[in-house]
Amino acid sequence: MLADKDRIFTNIYGFHDWRLAGARKRGLWDDTKRLIDKGHDWIINEIKASGLRGRGGAGFPTGLKWSFMPKNDSRPSYLVVNADESEPGSCKDREIMRHDPHHLVEGCLIASYAMRAHTCFIYVRGEFIREREHLEAAVKEAYDAKLIGKNNIHGWDFDLVVHHGAGAYICGEETALLESLEGKKGQPRLKPPFPANSGLYGAPTTVNNVESIAVVPTILRRGSAWFSGIGRPNNTGTKLFQISGHVNKPCVVEEAMSIPLRELLEKHAGGVRGGWDNLLAVIPGGSSMPCIAATDCQELLMDFDSMSALKSGLGTAAVIVMDKSTDIIKAFSRIAYFYKHESCGQCTPCREGVAWIWRLMERMARGEAEKSEIDLLFSVTKQVEGHTICAFGEGAVWPIQGFLRNFRPAIEQRIDERIAAEARQAAE
Amino acid sequence: MAVRRLHPDQPASFAFTPENLAWAKARIAQYPEGKQASAVIPLLWRAQEQEGWTTEPAIRAVADTLGMAYIRVYEIATFYTMYQLSPVGKKAHFQVCGTTPCMLRGAEGIIEVCRARIHHDPHHLSADGAFSWEEVECIGACANAPVVQILKDVWEDLTPESFAKVLDGFAAGKPPAPGSQAGRTASSPVGGATTLTDAKLYDGTAVGGWQKSFADREKAAAEAAAKAAAAAPAAKS
Repeated sequence: MLADKDRIFTNIYGFHDWRLAGARKRGLWDDTKRLIDKGHDWIINEIKASGLRGRGGAGFPTGLKWSFMPKNDSRPSYLVVNADESEPGSCKDREIMRHDPHHLVEGCLIASYAMRAHTCFIYVRGEFIREREHLEAAVKEAYDAKLIGKNNIHGWDFDLVVHHGAGAYICGEETALLESLEGKKGQPRLKPPFPANSGLYGAPTTVNNVESIAVVPTILRRGSAWFSGIGRPNNTGTKLFQISGHVNKPCVVEEAMSIPLRELLEKHAGGVRGGWDNLLAVIPGGSSMPCIAATDCQELLMDFDSMSALKSGLGTAAVIVMDKSTDIIKAFSRIAYFYKHESCGQCTPCREGVAWIWRLMERMARGEAEKSEIDLLFSVTKQVEGHTICAFGEGAVWPIQGFLRNFRPAIEQRIDERIAAEARQAAE
Repeated sequence: MAVRRLHPDQPASFAFTPENLAWAKARIAQYPEGKQASAVIPLLWRAQEQEGWTTEPAIRAVADTLGMAYIRVYEIATFYTMYQLSPVGKKAHFQVCGTTPCMLRGAEGIIEVCRARIHHDPHHLSADGAFSWEEVECIGACANAPVVQILKDVWEDLTPESFAKVLDGFAAGKPPAPGSQAGRTASSPVGGATTLTDAKLYDGTAVGGWQKSFADREKAAAEAAAKAAAAAPAAKS
């Protein structure tokens, strides 16, 4: 188990003062100038060496992403922080913003400096109103203390704007987020050009998740070797895990990357409801990630590589636990409904396909479907996957494909039960 | 994709209060010159906070304030689902999360309470006009499921019984405090946190504690660089 001294988010539950005075006492904003004075490239190289992979779901190496930003460009550069946390199961950025906001504010300054950006926008999902209030208060404290702003004590002019959305999951997709931030509907852009070349207002932009930015100050202070020494190679560092569903004590907790799933659930979440053997399946990284059946969970490590070996993904490390009492077809039908509701409507395969998927899933949940519809459902998912502008299409169909891979017999059984019930009725 | 239309009955006009207008001007100034359209979501949100729901005159007023075409702001109001396009309950509008993590922990029971006590259908006012409800997609508080959002706050770890108390509280004008209704702090595990118990994290010793090892690493890096520099000419010759 990770030791408390190696945890980055030391106020994740809000037991202590989240304001500047409290944050300083916990070691934040401590001689930040010394880190800035090491220079743009040193910071990027340290983050590269730490092995930090993006915490928003895709797991792209953060330092590498930063290095794509142009070094000499007449346009301004922007850092945009994606705080549009809306993936079902995910609830970590909420805790950072409301209980440890100075991690993020300090991280924004350092990351922006590394990428030669003088302005950073944080895009907070509209529903997180109290979270936004805390973040705005933290930003104001930082301005007042001259930690950020024009002529601040760190010698890098820096403006930080807290922006917000108004309820659209798609704005978590980075180019949809930029559209939204420009005052438009959140409909993703075609790539290329990638944001590093033409992002916000047509200028070089990097979009990073809240957690990816918030861990930066601690990594730099303690050294890339400290961070990369936690977890397995290629899966380094600490991670905020969010455990929901059928456990005895759902919670958010910071643990070492690559912790075994069972240890994570039993040490921190009170174990699976009804005991480990009562586990049916987990969704390991938020609703877009294919589920993993209990048989594959026995030795499962919570990291990028072990998940991809099982055709799933670590995503945001939001673990949704389902025990044997779960109506698994209904649970996935509700996920299908989520994607039907949240499709932005721009690409026809997605707009129509996710509605088809939901209707088929509802028929299966009620047992009304024919068995041939199971293959039809799979075929519809394949017509969405890879045929859309953004990755929403994949995010919407992967959970259904994973469900079919693991739970096809459950659908067939329900159809058989309906047919048998109809036969009984006809006989009576 | 949600299909959303404006309400057939609209008020005659909308104007920001002087305080909100001043706030709007400051808000617009946070974006680069010529990019004032970026402020459209925050302004329209403030208009909804002022009126209780998003009206057609408010859409026009926000468009005029930002120099945007009406259709562009109409698109915003209909695309983003937090804009309430019809009037909501005077005392409270309950946004019940029904997405899978909440469903697994009993959100359907919460929705049943809404159906029985407010209105059978979402987005309809209760008989006395005090309440309305809707099922929303993931609110982002999954480790505290099931949850209900009312205006700025979220009531968490609900059961049909504790949710009924929240509803009664709003009816009486004295709702219970938001957050967990199961008596835990935020998203820490029930019964006490399993982490962050080391008192050293909070006694101030974290400040400056990193400097020595940081300096050691700097020194090691400088020595390695000097060594490499010394070896480089030798390698050439």
